[in-house]
Amino acid sequence: MKDEVQSPEERSATLKGMGCSRKRVEDVRFTQGRGNYVDDIKLDGMLTGDFVRSPYAHARVLSIDTEAALAVPGVLAVLTAKDLEPLGLHWMPTLAGDKQMVLADGKVLFQGQEVAYVVATDRYAAADGVAAVEVDYEDLPVVTDPFKAMDPDAPVLREDLAGQTEGAHGPRRHHNHIFTWEQGDKAATEAVLAEADVVAEEMVYYHRTHPMPLETCGCVASMDKVTGKLTLWGTFQAPHAVRTVASLISGIAEHNIRVISPDIGGGFGNKVGVYPGYVCSIVASIVTGKPVKWVESRMDNLMSTAFARDYWMQGKIAATKEGRITGLWCHTTADHGGFDACADPTKFPAGFMNICTGSYDIPVAYLAVDGVYTNKAPGGVAYRCSFRVTEAAYFIERMIEVLAIKLNMDAAELRRINFIRKEQFPYQSALGWEYDSGDYHTAWEKALNAVGYDGLRREQAERLEAFKRGETRKLIGIGLTHFTEIVGAGPVKNCDILGLGMFDSCEIRIHPTGSAIARLGTISQGQGHATTFAQIIASEIGIPADDITLEEGDTDTAPYGLGTYGSRSTPVAGAATAMAARKIRAKAQMIAAYLLEVHDDDVEFDVDRFVVKGAPERFKTMKEIAFASYNQAIPGVEPGLEAVSYYDPPNMTYPFGAYICVMEIDVDTGEHAVRSFYALDDCGTRINPMIIEGQVHGGATEGYAIAMGQEIAYDEMGNHKTATLMDFFVPTAWETPHYTTDFTVTPSPHHPIGAKGVGESPNVGSVPCFSNAVHDAFRPFGLVQSHMPHDHWRIWKIAEDLGLHV
Amino acid sequence: MSKMHIKFRLNGQEVEGLAEPRMLLIHFLRENLKVTGPHIGCETSHCGACTVDMGGKSVKSCTVFACQADGAEITTIEGLTNPDGTLGVLQEMFREHHGLQCGFCTPGMITRAHRLLQENPTPTEEEVRFGISGNLCRCTGYQNIVKAILAAAEQLNSHKEAAE
Repeated sequence: MKDEVQSPEERSATLKGMGCSRKRVEDVRFTQGRGNYVDDIKLDGMLTGDFVRSPYAHARVLSIDTEAALAVPGVLAVLTAKDLEPLGLHWMPTLAGDKQMVLADGKVLFQGQEVAYVVATDRYAAADGVAAVEVDYEDLPVVTDPFKAMDPDAPVLREDLAGQTEGAHGPRRHHNHIFTWEQGDKAATEAVLAEADVVAEEMVYYHRTHPMPLETCGCVASMDKVTGKLTLWGTFQAPHAVRTVASLISGIAEHNIRVISPDIGGGFGNKVGVYPGYVCSIVASIVTGKPVKWVESRMDNLMSTAFARDYWMQGKIAATKEGRITGLWCHTTADHGGFDACADPTKFPAGFMNICTGSYDIPVAYLAVDGVYTNKAPGGVAYRCSFRVTEAAYFIERMIEVLAIKLNMDAAELRRINFIRKEQFPYQSALGWEYDSGDYHTAWEKALNAVGYDGLRREQAERLEAFKRGETRKLIGIGLTHFTEIVGAGPVKNCDILGLGMFDSCEIRIHPTGSAIARLGTISQGQGHATTFAQIIASEIGIPADDITLEEGDTDTAPYGLGTYGSRSTPVAGAATAMAARKIRAKAQMIAAYLLEVHDDDVEFDVDRFVVKGAPERFKTMKEIAFASYNQAIPGVEPGLEAVSYYDPPNMTYPFGAYICVMEIDVDTGEHAVRSFYALDDCGTRINPMIIEGQVHGGATEGYAIAMGQEIAYDEMGNHKTATLMDFFVPTAWETPHYTTDFTVTPSPHHPIGAKGVGESPNVGSVPCFSNAVHDAFRPFGLVQSHMPHDHWRIWKIAEDLGLHV
Repeated sequence: MSKMHIKFRLNGQEVEGLAEPRMLLIHFLRENLKVTGPHIGCETSHCGACTVDMGGKSVKSCTVFACQADGAEITTIEGLTNPDGTLGVLQEMFREHHGLQCGFCTPGMITRAHRLLQENPTPTEEEVRFGISGNLCRCTGYQNIVKAILAAAEQLNSHKEAAE
């Protein structure tokens, strides 16, 4: 037999299991335009929904006249809050314990807010209907500055909360205050600050931006009046949670709701939340008895669904004069917009901002976050990060640089002497996390050597001298970052969303002929789950990855799970996949032993088979075992070969990385050129290196955009200034830098296969890296802190303010 | 609104239909003809997800009226698969070099790359980057897309040489 002459290595290679750069199975469809995204769904008689949106950031809605709109050919219905009120659906719960208007209920709180929902036969008729709805507004004073929002006489934004001194996350002390969240030891931290050799203090602002997946948010709702079953297709990063939430708010029994996430054109956190469009489409389908599609325009997307960041982080960092950090203090003012619609685990209203001690051994720390309402869009989602980790990483990586300036030290050396040492793991951080594993010094040395750090510093110094002599107008900036993430939410004991524990799941069915189907509670949005999860199964049970179908996103068929965001798919669902596979392997072992007529303990797993210990010529392949499981009566063993695992992780995972960027900056034009970008990621066990590298390229490019130009900006009247791609910076191939990727491997000790997750690391790590490069270029001239995004004008302004244009 | 009769060649086949004068080509393709390869990402001609090949040029079908396509020769991503159903060279190279993730920009990107390689069969990396700068991708950071297009150019040229 051919089998017998193949070495275990050859058999292993055939499986295309973990560690190989398996080509993606998804691509055969996608490269031919055969994806199936929500806007590709077309059902008989399907209608289109579109919103009338508020032109004001803060106004009372005096009246809504729908008569002219209803007279537009093709318009079938116009929904307003009055229509939704009898159903109790004019407001909906947010993921953050607040509530949000589905349609304007007496007032509007941000420009672009949903006011009325027009249902028509096609998109053109719907647009005509939207234009014909007449709304009378009375404008109210606008507040877009979160600090001014907390003035005693600031306009009252949320009149519905009048008199409520207790919010979802504790006491509210002002009419525009949402919550205060405190972590760590305030008194001890302040005592350290008072006695420290050196204290550096700075305000670090991480501006408002937006995930902007290329596909906007949307859904198709179809209520079958005969069966009473609602089917909801949509761009949902958490389809099962959407089903539960839809059931809770609509009153439709959960078994009568089927939620399907088809192919999703990128998510990045934008598609975690529940939006008015979903609610209105469901209602419209019930009212009209027809399927209703709603898909955002790009402007709708940038104006109304899920911004990210907008954290004002006041920091103090204490150190000895030798540079040993002794304490960290942070007060954050978080601008949440008109409704608190953050997507964070319930007990963490500021997400995992308390990972802000970063990669450093900081003995004492204190963090307070105040959430504030303003006249801006709601959201505060985790844009390619695990719940405010990117804000935390930006904060600590800026504070390290600020401290280095104060100490007159090299920032690479300052990091090195403060890293948590390898032997300190598992490490208990001052703000309450137990870091599972890490080897920061090894990664850091590897990174510095790879880029030739000392040589770069010499070149930078020579350039500076040439600049001073008037021989060049370009400076060099070297951006450094060592980040630590916290991903894989998470243990059910402390992580839930709306009461739903954040476990995840995988079900595997082995078919009689030895191929398989696996279904998970997660949903890919480009991460390549159909490729990588099959690799885990291939390695665990010895069935070729090419023989395994992988499905996600249909709540009628997939096991319950909390979805894909916060880099949780591999840490949680990946673990569930390995555990389900191991259940199958355990049963297969019993079957193999029976077939080989030996005791269970006398066979062992060998790549794709069970062999009799000491007699490798006696074996049963997984294919043979699968067939036997369905066709042979085995005493004491149920027929079939299936397993399901619901995995509740014991801890988060803590991927980390070392990034170094070299940037040339033109002092006169403010233009920059990224000369090199080196990204070393340690995501534990690597399942598919090709996909990891792709994730790093993409995440770093998003980080590049955020750091160097992308923002959601408002004027003082609350007008949205960046609502199209003309103004909202998304880099093209022309601007995007070239990346060099690298890695170390420090497996997670508690994850079944040691994997940690990687999708978000590059966004978390690259933003401070690019920003630090800009700051570093101007460090010799006294620049300490300048807020992102570092677009050409802002960089020019730095040079201007430093007197470099004289 | 009265409708116009529109007729053009799409991926080698005659197609026709009725559309209001204001109807955009992308909507006509996707909603009337059910050709859903080209996508809608912005509606302001910035993102390029809706790129199709019209009369030998890359156009963004969100900024072309359907009636302007009357009589034209149009190719979409659906027309770039080999007649035997296998992946075309560009499609294969995008897969080989991991030039796509979520797949949403991919049809527009490949359709643009197809035209780029007609315009310039031997582009440099810089020319590829400039040549696809009308098409946005949020997932890949472009590095592997560029690699895929350069690899496709090389393959197409070696096929051509072999044929000569």
